[in-house]
Amino acid sequence: MTTERAPQPTTAMANPPVQPLASNLLPGDVVRASAMRDLPAPERQLTKVAKLIDVSRCIGCKACQSACIEWNDTHPEVEENVGVYENPHDLTPDMFTLMRFTEYENPETNEFEWLIRKDGCMHCEDPGCLTACPAPGAIVQYSNGIVDFISDNCIGCGYCVAGCPFNIPRIHKTAHVSKKCTLCSDRVAVGQGPACAKACPTQAIVFGTKDEMIAHAEMRIEDLKERGYENAGLYDPQGVGGTHVMYVLHHADKPSLYADLPDDPKISAVVKGWKGAAKDVGLAAMGLAAVGAMAHGALARANEVSAHDDAEAQEMVAHAAGRLTVEEEAARPPEGAP
Amino acid sequence: MTGEREYSAPGDEIETRKPVTVSRYRGITRLNHWVTAFTMIGLILSGMALFHPSLYFLTGLFGGGPTTRWLHPLMGILLVLSFLLLFLQMWRLNLPRREDAEWLANIKEVVKGEEENLPELGKYNAGQKFVFWGMSGLIVVMIVTGVMIWEQYFPGLVSIPVRRVAVAVHALAAVAAVLIFIVHVYAAIWTRGTIRAMTRGTVTGGWAYRHHRKWLRELAGRRKADPAE
Repeated sequence: MTTERAPQPTTAMANPPVQPLASNLLPGDVVRASAMRDLPAPERQLTKVAKLIDVSRCIGCKACQSACIEWNDTHPEVEENVGVYENPHDLTPDMFTLMRFTEYENPETNEFEWLIRKDGCMHCEDPGCLTACPAPGAIVQYSNGIVDFISDNCIGCGYCVAGCPFNIPRIHKTAHVSKKCTLCSDRVAVGQGPACAKACPTQAIVFGTKDEMIAHAEMRIEDLKERGYENAGLYDPQGVGGTHVMYVLHHADKPSLYADLPDDPKISAVVKGWKGAAKDVGLAAMGLAAVGAMAHGALARANEVSAHDDAEAQEMVAHAAGRLTVEEEAARPPEGAP
Repeated sequence: MTGEREYSAPGDEIETRKPVTVSRYRGITRLNHWVTAFTMIGLILSGMALFHPSLYFLTGLFGGGPTTRWLHPLMGILLVLSFLLLFLQMWRLNLPRREDAEWLANIKEVVKGEEENLPELGKYNAGQKFVFWGMSGLIVVMIVTGVMIWEQYFPGLVSIPVRRVAVAVHALAAVAAVLIFIVHVYAAIWTRGTIRAMTRGTVTGGWAYRHHRKWLRELAGRRKADPAE
């Protein structure tokens, strides 16, 4: 086994190095992990990476889906054709990325537009899934920005589904673990770009450092504007701290046109409250109540039955018994009889 | 039989007269209570493990995270069924009565353990009724929200925004239930002579006279139930 670390990939275009290389995405590169607060400081800062999906260049061929299936060795179920282009019908535990097709009649130009968006994990800088996850280390974020699910630590509870602002994670029905796009962390670790970007025939999907991808997007946006798409722009939503999967959209003013891409995604306030204040205040309240009860038990006088109470009870029962008829009293079994 | 029961449940009776012991819970009710209690403890431990990272180690009690994840909702179903049986036996005597307001107004005396100036009570005081109705309501909230977030069997039952609310409400209801659980357990310990009602099934006459005098009075006024009842 070689000890030479793979270089960080800066493109999906170049052919990968052919010599054996050791992984360059290490446990020490984890900057955040689910349900773990006191993580050791990362040993180094990797260059932030990103995947840029230029919707205007996508031809809907689904090569990215095929590449994803092949690289991740998933086996999506073969489904019925129901008259739409989405195939499979949705993201599934075996389909981490999905071309979503929207037929849009632009009211300004009266032109028909076919909007095709490659859906999948956005790799948020502030990931809702990681915030919601209760299992320590089941969701991690590396210093290059990749958000990854560690199946060995995943318990399959589905909290990540509630946490995600993009409706991405899917729970595997038999493995009972959550699945989503890994941004090909296992390829990136050895110096290669994501499989989908590698396979894309029109280079609608490109991969590199986040800075380079933003610069590349600006070029594309300029081009689109020259061609009349004056609202063209970059989708790098700041509500989740920016994402490591970004889109170039011809209608960046209306992201929801693209199969309900959220206009302003952010981690739900409900999720933040549940995972923030509720968690700590709740634990404190339960702890205080338990400690308080124990302290009261140790220090305060217990509520004891007095001899007077016993005597009064005796009197009450005897008095009532006195109302029984003589026959009934005689028929009553003696005290202590089985 | 002499008269209708107003303050007591079937099976409640004067067990022995010298000294006085009073039967408070039948064997089947006690079994029902302890099934509910141990299920609740299992639910609290497994739920706490998923509630706060610092308590995740509790999953070890159940055989790991994934086992805890599938076991918790099943215990929840068991609890609902078990609690439902308790509810059916106890709801009538837990209905609020006029004397509960007076008892609550003098809650300070209760906490001091000075019950001399308090109204006479039936089988349950206002505190016990609060525990009963509080638990009943919270269990309904938790089973409804629990099903909504039961990924294994109901993954698409509700939309994701509803699911977010459900998961938060489930956690808050659980915190409230734990607080009520603590009140329930502590009150039973602090009020000496109470635990035996759920172990042996009987309480002393003095206990009944001190805390539930109307209940004792009604039982004292009844003939001992004949075996055919």
